[in-house]
Amino acid sequence: MIDQELAAKTIQLALDSGATDAECTVSEGEEFSASVRMRSLETLKDAGSRAAGLRVLVGQRVGSSYTSDLSAEGIRKMVESALQVAAITSEDPYAGLPDASELGSLDGDLRLYSDDIQGIRTPERIQQALQAEEAALTADPRITNSEGASFDAYSGQRVFANSRGFLGSYRTSSCSLSTTPVAKQGDSMERDYWYSAARSHSKLESPEAIGKKAAERTLRRLGARKVATQKVPVVFDPQMARTLIGDIFDAIEGDAIYRKASFLEGKLGERVASELVTIIDDGTIPSLFGTSPFDDEGVPSRRTVVIEKGILRSYLLNSYTARKLGLKTTGNAARGITGNASVGHGNLYLENGDKSPDEIIRSIRNGLYVTELIGSGVNTVTGDYSRGAAGLWIENGEFAYPVSEITIASNLTNMLLDIEAKGSDLEFRTSVASPTLVIREMTVSGQ
Amino acid sequence: MSLAESFFGQKFNITEHDLQSYISEALSSGGDYADLYFEYLATSSLSIDESIVKSATQGVTLGVGVRVISGERTGYAYSDDLSPERIKKAARVAACIAQGPSKVDKAGFQESGKRNLYPVITAPNEANLAERVDLVKRADRAARAYDTRVFQVQASFVDSLRHVLVANSDGVLSFDRQPMARLGVAVLAREASGSPQRGSSGGGGRVSLDFFLNEKTPEYFAREAARQAIVQLDSIPAPAGEMTVILGPGWPGILLHEAVGHGLEADFNRKGVSAFSDRVGQQVASPLCTVVDDGTIRNRRGSLNVDDEGVPTQQNVLIEKGILRGYLYDKLSSRLLKSGTTGNGRRENYQCIPMPRMTNTFMMAGDSDPADIIQSTPKGLYCANFGGGQVDITSGNFVFSASECYLIEDGKVTRPVRGATLIGNGPEALKYVSMVGNDLKLDEGVGICGKEGQSVPVGVGIPTLKIDRMTVGGTAG
Repeated sequence: MIDQELAAKTIQLALDSGATDAECTVSEGEEFSASVRMRSLETLKDAGSRAAGLRVLVGQRVGSSYTSDLSAEGIRKMVESALQVAAITSEDPYAGLPDASELGSLDGDLRLYSDDIQGIRTPERIQQALQAEEAALTADPRITNSEGASFDAYSGQRVFANSRGFLGSYRTSSCSLSTTPVAKQGDSMERDYWYSAARSHSKLESPEAIGKKAAERTLRRLGARKVATQKVPVVFDPQMARTLIGDIFDAIEGDAIYRKASFLEGKLGERVASELVTIIDDGTIPSLFGTSPFDDEGVPSRRTVVIEKGILRSYLLNSYTARKLGLKTTGNAARGITGNASVGHGNLYLENGDKSPDEIIRSIRNGLYVTELIGSGVNTVTGDYSRGAAGLWIENGEFAYPVSEITIASNLTNMLLDIEAKGSDLEFRTSVASPTLVIREMTVSGQ
Repeated sequence: MSLAESFFGQKFNITEHDLQSYISEALSSGGDYADLYFEYLATSSLSIDESIVKSATQGVTLGVGVRVISGERTGYAYSDDLSPERIKKAARVAACIAQGPSKVDKAGFQESGKRNLYPVITAPNEANLAERVDLVKRADRAARAYDTRVFQVQASFVDSLRHVLVANSDGVLSFDRQPMARLGVAVLAREASGSPQRGSSGGGGRVSLDFFLNEKTPEYFAREAARQAIVQLDSIPAPAGEMTVILGPGWPGILLHEAVGHGLEADFNRKGVSAFSDRVGQQVASPLCTVVDDGTIRNRRGSLNVDDEGVPTQQNVLIEKGILRGYLYDKLSSRLLKSGTTGNGRRENYQCIPMPRMTNTFMMAGDSDPADIIQSTPKGLYCANFGGGQVDITSGNFVFSASECYLIEDGKVTRPVRGATLIGNGPEALKYVSMVGNDLKLDEGVGICGKEGQSVPVGVGIPTLKIDRMTVGGTAG
């Protein structure tokens, strides 16, 4: 455990050395990973580390530093280093900390740390990875190979203090189990994966369920075809729909807004998506990966409605971007160990719908069901969207055959307005979540 | 250099006796091999935004990673404290992977790799901060001066100096001092009533500050970023479907990195999960294509004197005249496949297990004049710049995202089009290469490659290439 006083003492040393304001983060983490492949143990990793970071203001100038040496000497050098760089930055009239009145931490147990994980000893962790892989390998004779399975665990603590009197800390834990089978049929070789992750071991899906699902996802890709170039409805499964929510985040976070680097800039109060779209950021839901008692500037996490029935209601902001825009922070400051805070999200999700995924598929006569997207072809300045895709072709309301080596393209402005159906299958597997989504029309590029 | 004269000998008084005792501890439960990777990393970064130097950060991390290999198994642990007790504790954790008597004969150490591919006396990280701040201020001014339609400029200068010491149970000891610096510029431009467009540029390598003062100046990168944003203002939607694609020289070489490079990393091939598995000796590209991975080019971003397992880097031929010649190995893969080493064992930092990675991957020049290549194309797409790429090494499908491209109409480069993703299949795509230019160019020094959560700096390059058939992911019919 980190001594919270270390952060408070660092702040004091920074103020005594000439800083007018300061923020200090101290973190500690332990990671464990056991990976198996083709029924035997391959890798074991077990280690921990610590780090401290400091950001100082000298008037309106900012400087930051970090160190892995938490000795008195290491901390002294870190303070010196932050003040040294503050001397060469420019005066920024908007630089600063949140107002003291905005600081605070959520009460109550957010269930971010669970000690049941450390109760699972190494041999059992290895066993669970072996079981997940075994379930995949024995699911079908076409599963001929594997990239393995792994059990990973993490536990850590984060302490944050600032010169306006904030001192807080919280512990987190997580564990995950995943496997990646490889299937072969003729010339076609495909891999896919499945995983489960949770803050408590008791919430993890069973190794058998993970292995079976990974095998299903891999098998359905075999024998994929490339289709002709055409414009069709595109169904995003929840894993892929989630990536669209991530793209929207990039377009509504404060840095992109004040720089006018977003297709959603200047659209507060306007219709930007179909009526079906309500997007919420909520950093307060117990035990989820996007939850924390306070953000990385010491402002309590909260629930913010970003898009309500298609109308853009709020950007996500930290104190700096809020000052730039003449707004209030939404408690979305994020940073690693040091530096100016950027903007992050809590649990960012699109509200659940009421159609089952089957019902959605049945409603499509000719279209694409996307299960994988690759590449970085999303431009949130213009909204231009073009990514590599793989999935299943839908004919007359049924899956007809797998497709790959194609791209899907449109513009996010149109895509959001074109969302014509959403599933009832919202699930918080990571800090970004969405149910199945249908976009009325996109260009599928193939042959 | 002796250990006593090395960075870790001088600063932390590490002796050969210490290294021997840590390796003995690592092999105390058995095992075929053990190594230690000591790393001291100093970094700094500066950035300007809205013409204000809004942030500057510097810091230091230090640690040691201990690895034990026993057959196909790897045990790994690390410590951010170099005290003998903590290193021995990490060694005992890593040792848990092995059982039975060790097969290693312990002897003294021999130093490997004594050349210096980056003889930089003062690394940018050691230079005066004020000089580095001046670089981002100059970039900001130059980008704004380029065109009045430029309205946002962000420029950053990021540098690091890494000292490493690798010692292993084969008795190999190596030291390296690895400088790195990168200047980046990102620009937004717009017409009075239009939507903004972005442009970006950057470069660097294992160079001194002089590189940015004399060779590739802040003005050079700033003008290039501004030019790209301005070009985009007139762009029309990109076409969709299969067509002839011409890649300009330099950074578009990311094609090779995605289409073939990753698929040739030996870990995937040892496991038989790559689309290139068991294809050595087969034709995987047109006979015009010779592709190499070369970690020995002076001052390049992807170059290393020794890889992160202490093995000297070299030039490795991956594809020779279209025929697949070999893979890229780390120690584990070369032990298990009983092949030679290639110097491609790399890791992001001391907390990471090494794996086979690329260094600088490029295609050798051909003999076509780039102008003739364009002239020979009645209809197609000319791609001058790219963002990132990605590959599924098992199916072989890869993408890379064009950020600056133009239509080719009647043998001429004409209108600029919006960014679009290009998609292909690794073992097939290069078979459609029909012309290779005589203008090989390496990228400016910005590449970061990610694999299994680890990022390492890399380089790419190609001459102008004509690919007769590739799928372009635009929206226009």
